[in-house]
Amino acid sequence: MNLIRARFRQGMRTMAWPDGPASLPSRFRGRPVLDQSRCIDGCRACADACPTGAVHGAPLRMDLGACLFCPACAEACPTGAIQFSSDFRLAASARQDLQLSGEAPASTDADAETRRLAVALPAATRRLFGRSLKLRQVSAGGCNGCEADLNVTGIVVFDLGRFGVQFVASPRHADGIVVTGPVTANMEQALRDTWEAVPSPRLLIAVGACALSGGPFIGSAPCGAGVPSDLHVDLFVPGCPPHPLTFLDGILRMLGRL
Amino acid sequence: MKLANPKSFHNGQAVAIFDVASVAPRALRDLVVNSCSHGGRLCGLFTLPGRPGTLDLVALIAHDSEGRLSMLKAGVAQGGRYPSLTAELPSAHALERAIWESDGLQPDGHPWLKPLRRHPALEPAGAAETGDPVGRNQGAGAAGGRDHPFFRMDGPGVHEVAVGPVHAGIIEPGHFRFQCSGETVHHLEIHLGYQHRGAEALLRDSSPARRLAVAETLAGDTSIGHGIACCRAMESLAGIEVPEQALWLRAVALELERLANHVGDLGALCNDVGYLPGASWFGRLRGEFLNAQMEICGSRFGRGLLVFGGVRFGVSPELRHDLLGRLAIARRDLDDVASVTFESPSVLGRFEHSGIVSRQAAEDIGMVGPAARASGCTRDVRCDHPLGAFVDWGLSSAVETAGDVLARARVRWVEVKRSLEFVLARLAALPDGPLVVPMPQPRPGAVVGVLVEGWRGEICHVVATGDDGQIVAYRVFDPSLHNWFGLTLAMRGTPISDFPLCNKSFNLSYAGHDL
Ligand code: SF4
Repeated sequence: MNLIRARFRQGMRTMAWPDGPASLPSRFRGRPVLDQSRCIDGCRACADACPTGAVHGAPLRMDLGACLFCPACAEACPTGAIQFSSDFRLAASARQDLQLSGEAPASTDADAETRRLAVALPAATRRLFGRSLKLRQVSAGGCNGCEADLNVTGIVVFDLGRFGVQFVASPRHADGIVVTGPVTANMEQALRDTWEAVPSPRLLIAVGACALSGGPFIGSAPCGAGVPSDLHVDLFVPGCPPHPLTFLDGILRMLGRL
Repeated sequence: MKLANPKSFHNGQAVAIFDVASVAPRALRDLVVNSCSHGGRLCGLFTLPGRPGTLDLVALIAHDSEGRLSMLKAGVAQGGRYPSLTAELPSAHALERAIWESDGLQPDGHPWLKPLRRHPALEPAGAAETGDPVGRNQGAGAAGGRDHPFFRMDGPGVHEVAVGPVHAGIIEPGHFRFQCSGETVHHLEIHLGYQHRGAEALLRDSSPARRLAVAETLAGDTSIGHGIACCRAMESLAGIEVPEQALWLRAVALELERLANHVGDLGALCNDVGYLPGASWFGRLRGEFLNAQMEICGSRFGRGLLVFGGVRFGVSPELRHDLLGRLAIARRDLDDVASVTFESPSVLGRFEHSGIVSRQAAEDIGMVGPAARASGCTRDVRCDHPLGAFVDWGLSSAVETAGDVLARARVRWVEVKRSLEFVLARLAALPDGPLVVPMPQPRPGAVVGVLVEGWRGEICHVVATGDDGQIVAYRVFDPSLHNWFGLTLAMRGTPISDFPLCNKSFNLSYAGHDL
């Protein structure tokens, strides 16, 4: 009886997105908007404040792949040339699409902005993975931030399964792997072994600042700078960690479903 | 033997390095062992730079009943030896292994000396900071796990099961080696280090902005816990007091972090015994606390909230009203889920008597946090060494005695209820005033030890400055470092099929251990 009462109270909790809107709090920090026209000559306040060297002043540029989405640069800027919007759509298909420039503020050119988002896989690959995609996760030095927010895509609120996407236990059953962490020296071999165990065609998805650039651990001796450069990455998901919606948005765009 | 009058100080109080009592290495061992048999607890054992050609071996001891800490040091020649503490004080075993492999000091008489975090076979020659204590150059090819000198059993019917480093599920990497006969596990050896990112060196050498970013990602599910420890250490060295409102908001964030993780763990435990209503409802409710964290600071993990000198974000009256309303609903829903879960015979049947750790064992190996409290140890930094907004909470620690999975689940549930009351009360009565004060340079020649009760247990950061005020050492002791061996003990005589459940009941950090 108690169980039934509890079931009623708990209700149905899966979010409306992607058919309806996603609600995020006003302090959520998504895609940064840069406006170099506001920069003061010779100012490097943003670059000095950035923990990972993701921001460069003069000309104003930012590598979203190294950004931790802390507000340090926006806070340091005396003129408001950097602002974090609440746009959670950040995933890209090419690493260079994550290099933002302040010369043409993205907000004034909606088209340019869309072009930076992840694009759909070729039709032939989409035919294979579009309705059923099985992924294996490999944490290679991840702090358990990215891992925790990947895990959460499986709960009732985000319900990854409703899109036909599922995390599986064996690389042999997987269509691709999701890598987190800066790829420590002690995990590189295991990462490569796992990748080799996935049958082709296969996808590699890099999640989090660590996997994209080294993140907070950029330049540390026992780490790499994320996924080794000889492995081809199909989807880059920025954030530290990326919001679960950022990951879902990237996956659905890659599958041509958004 | 009485402790040779070591100066004691309170949690988070910086002291001059030359004030730390200096003794001979043998005396250090005897004094620490003695102190720990009279109510002391070894929080950290580490090295600091000593006189030229030497390292200072330093012990940080907590005297829980007095609410004081003390430190002792002994000079040891670089690459030299000292008498090991481990044989008499098992809680030192991992700490001494870490010193041996990264600082090159040899603990004479250590019964279990082998790499802790480093995988010698995987490292390029010359990668070690000092010498070659772990025998990197003595042959051994292939991957680390395969060369590690694992404990092995022989005999009829004995077999070995190896798991990891890559596991089934979205989880950090580590290697588990079981010695079994049939279903029964006789010994489990846990070999970690796959996550080693060089965090302590980064914390020592980085700019302040990056130092805090690294602290927040030492164990990513404990960003606030490690972040507060880092802030408090640096603020104490700089000699500043953080405004009251900031201390309250930090405490609220720390408890929201505990709520999210404890509730998530309860869901995961339900999942591991196939109780799906508990798994999905606790799983959803965990999100309520992460979302509350995000409302306050923009990150589900509380990242960006802390700055040296205070906090970045306040809570407006509207936000406070909104949070209080949402948390009150979460409290009602949690009560519903917990009552059906803890009444379910199928849950109780699986939790009870699984993975027992005795109180004696927990004391011996220096366990901390909910896992220690589930075995009857009372230790809780928020009660014994409170700082900031915890000072006048009057919390009593949540203690169970059975030491099994059920006890570890119950301790979490009691802590969930208490933390939720604390958060509601503190949010409702937030003081006014500034959120942050300017941060001066750290003072020279000082050392500080900070304890914070993270959701997994005691987080300890030790930071020391040199004569010019530069950071010369930054040491981190995550609760997982003390508790992984508890999982080993919980598995003794337990069916191997219970491993996932036992593992989840500890839910330890790999990254926090490996640094
Ligand atoms: S990107 Fe951030 S959250 Fe993800 S593993 Fe790295 S430090 Fe952790």
